[in-house]
Amino acid sequence: MLTISQYVRAESIQQAYELNQKRSNAVLGGMHWLKLQKRNVGTAIDLSDLGLDTIEETEDSFLIGAMVTLRQLELQRELNDISNNALSESVRQIVGVQFRNMATVGGSIFGRYGFSDVLTVFLALDAQVELYNRGVISLEEFSKLPYDRDLLLNLIVKKVNRKTVYLSQRNTKTDFPVLTCAVCKTDGKYRFVIGARPKRAVCFYDELGILENGITEASAAELGNYISSQVETGSNMRGSEEYRRILAGVLTKRALLQMKEM
Amino acid sequence: MQIKLWINNKAVIKEAEADLLLIDLLRNNGCYSVKRGCETGNCGLCTVFVDEKPVLSCSTLAARVNGKKVTTLEGLQREAEDFGTYIAEQGAEQCGFCNPGFIMNAIAMFREKQNPSDEEIKEYLAGNLCRCSGYEGQLRGIRAYLEYQQSKAAKAELAAQNISEVI
Repeated sequence: MLTISQYVRAESIQQAYELNQKRSNAVLGGMHWLKLQKRNVGTAIDLSDLGLDTIEETEDSFLIGAMVTLRQLELQRELNDISNNALSESVRQIVGVQFRNMATVGGSIFGRYGFSDVLTVFLALDAQVELYNRGVISLEEFSKLPYDRDLLLNLIVKKVNRKTVYLSQRNTKTDFPVLTCAVCKTDGKYRFVIGARPKRAVCFYDELGILENGITEASAAELGNYISSQVETGSNMRGSEEYRRILAGVLTKRALLQMKEM
Repeated sequence: MQIKLWINNKAVIKEAEADLLLIDLLRNNGCYSVKRGCETGNCGLCTVFVDEKPVLSCSTLAARVNGKKVTTLEGLQREAEDFGTYIAEQGAEQCGFCNPGFIMNAIAMFREKQNPSDEEIKEYLAGNLCRCSGYEGQLRGIRAYLEYQQSKAAKAELAAQNISEVI
């Protein structure tokens, strides 16, 4: 069971950061994951009043506040337009509308969970994270970092010409994914992301030049085999290591064939 | 800490511990329609509206709704009765435990979508679990309710047209 001794609605980012330096304190996202834990939280830090709940469009990018909900992501037209609806596709199966009205982007990204649809899709979009202390770094770099007491403020997605496909395998609708797969093509360069392996999502590239002559049934299958041979997977109650490795190849191939039709 | 909120349009000032959950605050205030079904944020039985959006009250801190408007089924009697009749007519109502949360989220859907397809209905209500049924009866009830609402709207439009012709 989760217990909380004190609740503070932070009045500034600085205050939230300072409070968060204490190990027993915790930042509140949508509170879904936190609530499932057996944990005694000293001070719960609520970022609700810091204006981090909006998606801001600038000339060259989208600035997504850490407190933006998954439902906001799902419904935001412009963001979905630049991602072939991959964002909407990545979150629409997460439990239900009520859940997605609460779960935050910041919670998903900062947690770097080994089941995260959100981490997978934003890695594919080559997003950056803006951290209070560390500043702006790529999400790919952030995804590999150990947990610390920094504060995630925004996610930045550049407006560039890209094609994106998002696929996931679930044992049943609304459940955690068994495997997630996102493929993104930006300026002729492909990026493949495999998540829910069940470790943190990872990026792969077409280092062998398999897709040099474009996507065909054969090259998509070969690329799928390549991802299968490269990805490190694990077993848990939802699926075995081997099943996940096969899925990674199959979903990559399907994503590529879907992209071919775009 | 002291919090002020509106429960079904009534202003309430309450003393809330830091980890008091909204579901408990509501039940302590007589809103027994709000059910605790799973404790994991999965079943949707505790669904209420916070500032008109459906959320899970079992995963919401009471402190977080300070200054906000909370609506439970108790505050939506008329709408709930209208729609609930359609569910009951299909025999979809069995033990009834999941019903309040289901009706809350269905009302949220009706407000958001005018003419949802079956797929959209299933997807919108996927976060509401029922362990008695296979959801078929609920789906029939929703379809019948939507048809009734649409025919009512069409009749109203027709009546308005006739009036304007007479004038």
